[in-house]
Amino acid sequence: MTTAPGTTDLADETVVASERTADHTQRDLLRLATAGSVDDGKSTLIGRLLYDTKSVLADQLAAVERATAARGGGAVDLALLTDGLRSEREQGITIDVAYRYFSTATRAFVLADTPGHVQYTRNMVTGASTAELAIVLVDARKGVLEQTRRHATITALLGVPHVVLAVNKMDLVGFDEATFRSIADEFAAYAAQVGLDDVVAVPLSALDGDNVVERSARTPWYDGPTLLEHLEVVPVLRDPGTEAFRFPVQVVIRPRTSEHPDYRGYAGKIASGVVRVGDEVTVLPSGKSSVVTGIDTFDGPLDEAHAPRSVTLRLADDVDVARGDLVVPTGAQVTVAQELRGTVCWLAERRSVLGQRVLVRIGTRTVRALLREVDARLDVDGLVVERFTGVDTLHAVDATDTSSDAAPSALGLNAIGRVTLRLADAVPLDDYAEHRRTGGFLLVDPADGSTLAAGMVGATLLDRLAPQDDPADEADWLAGAGI
Amino acid sequence: MTLSPTFTQLDALESEAVHVMREVAGEFERPVLLFSGGKDSIVMLHLARKAFWPSPVPFTLMHVDTGHNFPEVIDYRDDVVERYGLRLVVASVQDAIDDGRVVERPDGSRNPLQTVPLLDGITQHRFDAVFGGGRRDEEKARAKERVFSLRDEFGQWDPRRQRPELWDLYNGRHKPGEHVRVFPLSNWTELDVWRYIEREEIDLPSIYYTHEREVFLRDGMWLAPGDWGGPRADEVLETRAVRYRTVGDMSCTGAVESVASTVADVIAEVAASRLTERGATRADDRASEAAMEDRKREGYF
Ligand SMILES: Nc1nc2c(ncn2[C@@H]2O[C@H](COP(=O)(O)OP(=O)(O)O)[C@@H](O)[C@H]2O)c(=O)[nH]1
Repeated sequence: MTTAPGTTDLADETVVASERTADHTQRDLLRLATAGSVDDGKSTLIGRLLYDTKSVLADQLAAVERATAARGGGAVDLALLTDGLRSEREQGITIDVAYRYFSTATRAFVLADTPGHVQYTRNMVTGASTAELAIVLVDARKGVLEQTRRHATITALLGVPHVVLAVNKMDLVGFDEATFRSIADEFAAYAAQVGLDDVVAVPLSALDGDNVVERSARTPWYDGPTLLEHLEVVPVLRDPGTEAFRFPVQVVIRPRTSEHPDYRGYAGKIASGVVRVGDEVTVLPSGKSSVVTGIDTFDGPLDEAHAPRSVTLRLADDVDVARGDLVVPTGAQVTVAQELRGTVCWLAERRSVLGQRVLVRIGTRTVRALLREVDARLDVDGLVVERFTGVDTLHAVDATDTSSDAAPSALGLNAIGRVTLRLADAVPLDDYAEHRRTGGFLLVDPADGSTLAAGMVGATLLDRLAPQDDPADEADWLAGAGI
Repeated sequence: MTLSPTFTQLDALESEAVHVMREVAGEFERPVLLFSGGKDSIVMLHLARKAFWPSPVPFTLMHVDTGHNFPEVIDYRDDVVERYGLRLVVASVQDAIDDGRVVERPDGSRNPLQTVPLLDGITQHRFDAVFGGGRRDEEKARAKERVFSLRDEFGQWDPRRQRPELWDLYNGRHKPGEHVRVFPLSNWTELDVWRYIEREEIDLPSIYYTHEREVFLRDGMWLAPGDWGGPRADEVLETRAVRYRTVGDMSCTGAVESVASTVADVIAEVAASRLTERGATRADDRASEAAMEDRKREGYF
């Protein structure tokens, strides 16, 4: 068990010393998201991570200590550290993703705290979109619940590469190994079904601190890492050598100054992979090819650069390159098409309407589009895929009638559906399952600019649960059978 | 694995901020960078220079001038504007008082008066994207702020209209008259900002480092005398070794006693103070300092 809050003056001295001496220039950055049902202990766990890594500002801690004292004392309630959301919850204000920051000597963390409740799916999809790791929390007394499965499904849908199953409140089950094992096994089986392959389960008590930062003496049967130990070693970047190079062009740099009269560079952030001077590249959608003659930065030219570095590329030929273009290695197999089949999570209150006009924001490009078809919807609670007959609905649907039985395929807030979009122009489409950094897109309302949906090119998860071209299964799916 | 070992946390934060700035350049017609001469706005300007090199910074700078400035900060501002060939517009609180658009407060503080000249400046110059140095770690309420934050014609933030932000796809669409506040430093902490200043060897106004100054104590803060109205008869001037942690309106920006004379000293001080300042008196100091910052933020951002 770790030292109780309030008795850590000595520990502070040590940390201050390490803050001063540690080589922060070698520290890297991990983005992660948390998911848990209400009262599983998510606030306590995040508070514990902030507190035990000494990432709590002194004035915040003082406020929490005062609040604890006002309630009659006892151990400091760490959940209060991240409690900005609780009062909102009580007031019924829209619950939202909150970002928290903590760090150790070797790694800094950006944590997307996605609260449960009404807008759950929307929040978790948002938080998971940038996360390299998701912590899925369960209460050891309750085990894997429907909501746990929902969290795993969304984690899989968003392609989060690493998952930690945090089995919390182990103190309330007497740190029983069998309880932990059976929860971990049940979760692992489900995770495999939805395609999550890196899952690590940790038995912990957020309240007492067991296995969060400090190794617990109360789980002698557990020889895995503590939560923080694991967070510190998970790879932050995928091996850039195994990832295809992708570079969405943000702006064209043309100074036209006396010093740089003819300079022309293409500025962007490398979405994935590596680029080297001399590489042959192709600009999509035009298909024009050229050679990289320079990788420029303010600090000087580079011979090679990796994702996710922001750089400026120079090309040998005077090819016509503009914002919205995608630079890929010459010879890469990239679909350039006007039809986009993908999976969307609907984020707006207004339901989708077949035939509706939208803007698709993909990479740095925005293209007009029509929502042509919604042929399946994923029920994340039961993990059931509901299928519809694929009607071309452009003319068949009354756009003003949004009652659910008139438009069975309409997607409401938080719904996840398999869709087909018809794009005004042919654009490069990377499958999200393989290209997480370029395969994501937004649907935007052209009228008021609001973000309607988050989308992913392709439908790996839904296809796996409900294969499109297998009519033999159709009756079962229509009958609402789960997997 | 052959991961790039040299891509550090600061590289990641820099790359993200540069990406955000380039998105603004690509999607907006008339972006402006709020430049107070404080460390966060100086870091933003540095990032803007890096993002568009070898082109000059494609944004106008706007300074909301309370009229109670530290001369060192104004000198710094004018110097960078000249050195990098920038365009500066000044939104003046004094002008707004003279025109009757705002009314001077009895306590003399002009921080809360900054909103009107700021919004008038945005309207007058038809700015559609406004860069601010806000960070999510500054306080609980900011933890949910977006990188792109939509404001209506009155500069107001409507929680229901804030858009979910996914991946690095920022949605900056807005109606005429509306604008978007953009926070490229959203994911930076105060220590990150200081470590970046150290790494990039960024010059700051001299008041960020220790210097001898005549100050007097008011509400637990060391304030510098000036024509804004201090000290009062009962307040005693004394000379102390101090530095400032924020720059702003002289009437309510307090100095802290410090001998930190280099960035490394400041980093050590910030790292230590956030971890150990627990004593009652110090905590009270900090609470009032935080409240001061909040007020500044309400008015300014
Ligand atoms: N016994 C025990 N209680 C816990 C643990 N973690 C959280 N709790 C308690 O569970 C309740 C809900 O915790 P909270 O962090 O607010 O849950 P959230 O709704 O998931 O954020 C609080 O009363 C906590 O003190 C734990 O590891 N052990």
